[in-house]
Amino acid sequence: MIKTDILIIGAGPTGLFTVFEAGLLKLKCHLIDALPQAGGQCSELYPKKPIYDIPGFPEILAGDLTKNLLEQSKQFEPGFTMGERAETIEKQEDGSFIVTTNKGTKHQAPIVAIAGGLGSFEPRKPLISNIASFEDNGVDYFIKDPEVYRDKRVVISGGGDSALDWSIFLADIASEVTLIHRRNEFRGALDSVEKVQELKSKGKITLITPAEVVNVIGNGKVEGVVVAQSQHIEKEFIVEADHFIPLFGLSPKLGPIGNWGLEIEKNAIKVDNALDYQTNIPGIFAIGDVNTYPGKLKLILCGFHEATLMCQAAYKIINPGKKYVLKYTTVSGIDGFDGSRKESPKAVVKAIN
Amino acid sequence: MEEQDINIKITDRDGVTHDVVAPTDMAMNLMEVVRSYELAPEGTIGVCGGMAMCASCQCYVESDTELPEMQDDEEAMLSEAFNVKDNSRLGCQIQMTPEMEGLIVTLAPES
Repeated sequence: MIKTDILIIGAGPTGLFTVFEAGLLKLKCHLIDALPQAGGQCSELYPKKPIYDIPGFPEILAGDLTKNLLEQSKQFEPGFTMGERAETIEKQEDGSFIVTTNKGTKHQAPIVAIAGGLGSFEPRKPLISNIASFEDNGVDYFIKDPEVYRDKRVVISGGGDSALDWSIFLADIASEVTLIHRRNEFRGALDSVEKVQELKSKGKITLITPAEVVNVIGNGKVEGVVVAQSQHIEKEFIVEADHFIPLFGLSPKLGPIGNWGLEIEKNAIKVDNALDYQTNIPGIFAIGDVNTYPGKLKLILCGFHEATLMCQAAYKIINPGKKYVLKYTTVSGIDGFDGSRKESPKAVVKAIN
Repeated sequence: MEEQDINIKITDRDGVTHDVVAPTDMAMNLMEVVRSYELAPEGTIGVCGGMAMCASCQCYVESDTELPEMQDDEEAMLSEAFNVKDNSRLGCQIQMTPEMEGLIVTLAPES
């Protein structure tokens, strides 16, 4: 059981900044995110794109903002459960919550802060009628352990970076790699496209374009896929395979959080914006893009504000009656949980003769 | 209706057609017009914010309106999207300009 003060669901910019604000109040945080890396949309969707409305940064790349936020809060030693999706929540008799992920990892905290953005990123599944029956029996939407594919015949479909990069990576592991895409053009980093071209010439990757996988065949597990190709004339044929890996990107879904008994409106969680961004369940807060209230704007800078007010409310719940006044970091510095201290240099008092 | 506004017809995912008035002076695109009229639930359209990176604003263009030419990123996204037809476009890549007067579109299913 992982125990912490504030359990944050979602390691995007709002969740990461919560760690900093909580740290100033001596509260420890742990984050859960369905993605393997921190940053949320900033890392998953547009790491190389600039953002122009972060106060104090005329321009910053989304990936750099993530890096900075991690750096800013690192002395408060946040814990991370990455690549797991928060699945269930149970209120305990002492008022705390236990949140369990899809992989069974349990977390306990008196405060839960949902900073889930648009939801957890789920793979976009191609519209193949029988595909669901092959999931975990040869059809994979993520590649977790490349060794699974050693000396196996693999079909990958998709036209983006992940389809290209995994084709390249698996070319050395699998016995056969077939890459199928609806167009001749791929969208990916130039060197990835060139590398696939090179592996194709060497016969290490079979490329089928413009084409689409229209059916999966097999008895209980994948034995091949039916490919429809439309070059010159329409034709359908079978490619024998042990694994079919469709890589069509990820799309965010509110997911299991939607079943936690929280008041939902417009695919977002209703909160009290007059006070502290608490939901209808005391002790559970929702901050950033995942919440809604009159006048809500889905902006990173609004998420930062919401996180800050939420932490003050969390302090009062965790430390009932305990006195506290807001301090300025410039005045009091920052004491990290790792023993580090940051402070402004002391002014020198010296006479000038 | 102001002078700079245009009229467009949008059929939502439930098959209901809406006549809407869109401003051409606010740098809005079709996806944003759909959101401003709440013709699709929040979180089901414009997920990536309008970067041609998610296809949640895919629509079928049913008028012969002369549309802005498709850029590489839109074309690449549509090549990975589902339910794509010959008249598919991403709403976020169609700016509301006076030339879009009379545009008729249907929102593609959510995927």
